[in-house]
Amino acid sequence: MSVISIAAKRGLSLKIIRPWCNLLTNSASSTRVTCLWSSTKVPEAATWEPVPESQLPPPVQVPADLVDKLERLALVDFRTKQGLDCLEKAIRFADQLHVVDTSGVEPMDSVLEDRALNLRGDAVVEGDCAEELLQLSKNTVEEYFVAPPGNIPLPTREERTAMLKHSEF
Amino acid sequence: MNKQMSMLCPKASRVIRRISTSSLRCDSQPQPRAKSAPQQLVGVVGLEVHAQINSNTKLFSGSSVRFSAPPNSLVSFFDASLPGTLPVLNKRCVEAAVMTGLALNCTINRKSLFDRKHYFYADLPSGYQITQQRQPIAVDGTLTYSLLGGTKRSQVIRKTVNIKQIQLEQDSGKSLHDDLRSQTLIDLNRAGVGLMELVMEPDMSCGEEAAAAVRELQLILQALGTCQGNMSEGQMRVDANVSVHKPGEPLGIRAEVKNINSVRCLARAIDYEIQRQIEVLQRGQTVQNETRAYDSKSGETIPMRDKEGLQDYRFMPEPNLPPLIVYEDNASLPTGIDACQAVVVHKIREGLPELPGVKRDRLVQTYGILPEHSFTLVNEDGLVEYFEAVMKVTKKEPRKVIGWVTNELLGHLKEKDMSVSHSPSDSKLSSRIDERRNW
Repeated sequence: MSVISIAAKRGLSLKIIRPWCNLLTNSASSTRVTCLWSSTKVPEAATWEPVPESQLPPPVQVPADLVDKLERLALVDFRTKQGLDCLEKAIRFADQLHVVDTSGVEPMDSVLEDRALNLRGDAVVEGDCAEELLQLSKNTVEEYFVAPPGNIPLPTREERTAMLKHSEF
Repeated sequence: MNKQMSMLCPKASRVIRRISTSSLRCDSQPQPRAKSAPQQLVGVVGLEVHAQINSNTKLFSGSSVRFSAPPNSLVSFFDASLPGTLPVLNKRCVEAAVMTGLALNCTINRKSLFDRKHYFYADLPSGYQITQQRQPIAVDGTLTYSLLGGTKRSQVIRKTVNIKQIQLEQDSGKSLHDDLRSQTLIDLNRAGVGLMELVMEPDMSCGEEAAAAVRELQLILQALGTCQGNMSEGQMRVDANVSVHKPGEPLGIRAEVKNINSVRCLARAIDYEIQRQIEVLQRGQTVQNETRAYDSKSGETIPMRDKEGLQDYRFMPEPNLPPLIVYEDNASLPTGIDACQAVVVHKIREGLPELPGVKRDRLVQTYGILPEHSFTLVNEDGLVEYFEAVMKVTKKEPRKVIGWVTNELLGHLKEKDMSVSHSPSDSKLSSRIDERRNW
């Protein structure tokens, strides 16, 4: 293995390698530099193929009441037909996962699954910062935070459209 | 089935007002007068108990847990859900949950997972509650409780309730409603406190059974020291899921009853709800799947303001917490692990104190007292120790001492509104007993 390729593997940038290479080989030839490029692992053309439609389950149509429910629960706004199309495309993209065979494989639900959960001793180390926290709120009454009497229901779609008619978004 | 039913809740009419005994299953009279319906509707009760863990700090943060403190003074940045804060699990809370699980004969899951339960409310600043829905720390337990039955309420009937699971979860803050100014005042001192949620199977059929089960659970938790069990202070909250059906048929639609502040209210609320549902069905209507609040003044359950139809909590795994692993014994600990990072089930099992049921049996065995008297002794805080101290200094028979304790002493203390631990010491005691020579 040439010194230059070793250096490249160690992460030295080409800029540093080139003058060094001149020093070592007494030549500023570009052939040495080319062998760096040819040993790359990145293929020249794309090697993956899109999953054929036939392998995917039938496309999901998101019904209007489900959209309303999602908007209410997650407080997201799909706004226009375009937004809904984006949602359906995203679902379609995720449908590709159905092609993978997962029988007998435990699902991974956390990237921390092989880490130990840190347990804390039962000693008081925090708290007693009421003033600081209350300063964050615009509306406080005698060290209590103030909230409206109940959850404010999300306005209906028509009302929202009217409210946002002149919005720039 | 009928014979069993008649043993269940005798003298229920004493507990329930305004309820016709003919249609309520918990009946001391075994059988029927001719009725229009061939089979009676019976109540089915499942309880959900939230017990506040008795620890110095909260479940995921190092702020203090105390009953009354200036508003928002026991709140850390994590409890207020400020961005950039992360949960760190409290070892004491894990040990408390394992201890409770062992006391209730549960299987402790070696590996348990945390999830997020999303809903919007002002007292939940982060918009989600960290709980253990998929894989809780303990599953499949039993709670054994006893009812006093028979004609003189002297017969001890043992019953069991299956416990579906015990899970660790966070408490929410407290909201004080100011209807005058149409606003809610939020105090986050309680937000983040560790709770053990005990989910019971719907094995009970009336208020008396539920009350007895909850009372027994209270005694167990107090003996373990994992929860102080004071319902009026909110340390233990009970919600009842009540439905009615004909025995053998599928379960009916259930209603959830909340806002129950004492064990007596629990019995009354459940019995009212069972009767209400029976009347609804007899009128030909259907029971709604709803949440109702118990009003202790009127003794009725009232529908709570319907939030937004059926809630969808969008459960998702908690991304900031790896799985919780508890170890069976020291042999199974991985090498190099710090002792203060490991929860060892074997050690906790060995350290379990004497549970109320065991204590009662021991008192009956040692002193030859009647089972129902052992109930009275264990029920009152500190009374067992007092009784045993008295037995050391007196030569009287245990049954006579019991008679004095239950009638004279308790009556005297109730009059003066004192508890056993505040009553006079042993030396005065033996003289007092000698005064009672004539019995």
